[in-house]
Amino acid sequence: MCKECGCGLGGDVKIGGHSHDHGHDHDHDHGHSHEHDHGHHHEPEPGSTRQTVTLQRSLLEKNDRLAEQNRGFFRAKKLLVLNVVSSPGSGKTTFIRETAAQLAGRLRVGVIVGDLATDNDAARLRTAGIPVVQITTGTVCHLDADMISKASAQIDLGNLDLLVIENVGNLVCPADYDLGEDLRVVLLSVTEGEDKPLKYPPMFHSAQVAVVTKSDMAAAAGFDRNLALANLKRVSHHARIFELSSKTGEGMKAWLDFIVEQQSAIKKK
Amino acid sequence: MEEALRMALEQAKTSGASRILMLRLRVGTLSGVVPEALRFAFDVVCRDTMAEGASLEMETVPAACWCPGCRAEFEYVDFMSECPRCHQPSGELRRGRELEIASMEIF
Repeated sequence: MCKECGCGLGGDVKIGGHSHDHGHDHDHDHGHSHEHDHGHHHEPEPGSTRQTVTLQRSLLEKNDRLAEQNRGFFRAKKLLVLNVVSSPGSGKTTFIRETAAQLAGRLRVGVIVGDLATDNDAARLRTAGIPVVQITTGTVCHLDADMISKASAQIDLGNLDLLVIENVGNLVCPADYDLGEDLRVVLLSVTEGEDKPLKYPPMFHSAQVAVVTKSDMAAAAGFDRNLALANLKRVSHHARIFELSSKTGEGMKAWLDFIVEQQSAIKKK
Repeated sequence: MEEALRMALEQAKTSGASRILMLRLRVGTLSGVVPEALRFAFDVVCRDTMAEGASLEMETVPAACWCPGCRAEFEYVDFMSECPRCHQPSGELRRGRELEIASMEIF
C-alpha cells in the first residue's frame, strides 16, 4: 500500500498475467494474547511501564534498497532506464510508442507499463512491435521497485539498450518511489493547464527531464507557452525541457537525440 | 502506512512490548503526504494488531535547499528554489522529503 493515500487495500498486483502478493509481508502473529477489554484505554496498565523507543527509520528504506539493487542490475546490463510519469491522459503511451518506433535502428527499446487495470496500453505498444510487460496494480496508485524487479525478469533485457517504464497516471504518489531509473521524465500536456508544476511540486521537482506534450494542440487549448515554461523552470529549473508532439513528430528529434546521447554515456561507463 | 506499521510491530516485538500506544512520524513539507489520508490509512492498517487504537503524531520538517555558491542552506518557500542571498537556483534539496518513523510509545 501507498504510504500516503491508503491505496492498495485489497487486490493483487499482476505482472505479465501472473499474480503477486504485494508487500503483505508483515508477519504479526494473530495469536497475540493481550487481554484488553476493547475500551481502548491508552494508559499503561498498573505494573507495566510506558516507554518511548526511538526508531528514526525511513518508511521508504525498503523500496530505496530495492531500487538501488535494480539500478545496479540495469547498470551492469548497460541499459538506460526512464521512469515516465504524468497525470492520466497526458499522452505517455503514445509518446513512448513514438519514441520506440523512431529509435528503431538506433536503440532497442523495451517497455514496462503500469496501470490499475486492463492491458490496453501494453496491447497498444505490442502492436507496434515493442517488447512489453504489463503490470496491473489492482488498487495501488504507483509502481514500486519490487514490481519493477519482478517485471524485468519477464523481459529480455540483454537485447535492449533502453528500458522505458510507464508509471501509473498519477502526479502524487509515484514521486516517492524510486524504481532504479536513470532519468525521471515528467510529462505535461498542453491541455492540462500551465500551473500543473505549481500544483504538484514534489513530482516536478524530482524529475530530471520535463516534456511538454501535444504541442500540436497548443493553439486550440489556449495554452500559454511562456507561462507554462516559467512555471516549469520555477519548480524544476534543473530539468531538461523538451516541447513536442508525438502525433505530428514536431520536436521529437531533439528528444530522441538526447536519449541516444544519454544511452551512449551509459554504454561508455 | 503498512510499512510504518510493519516497522513498528517489528520493533515492538524486539522490545517485548504488548501494546503500541503512539507513533511519531517526521513528515517533510515536500514529501507529498496528505496528513488526513495518512491518518485514515493508519487507523485501517492498525486494526486487529497490537497498535489498534494507537495515536499518530506528525512532526513537520520544513524544506530547505543548499546553495553551493553561498555554502549555506535556505528555506524552500512557495516552490522557489532560488537562493535569497545570491539569487542562484539550487537543485539540491537538503530537507523536506522525509517520511520517517521518529519514535513510538509502547508498554
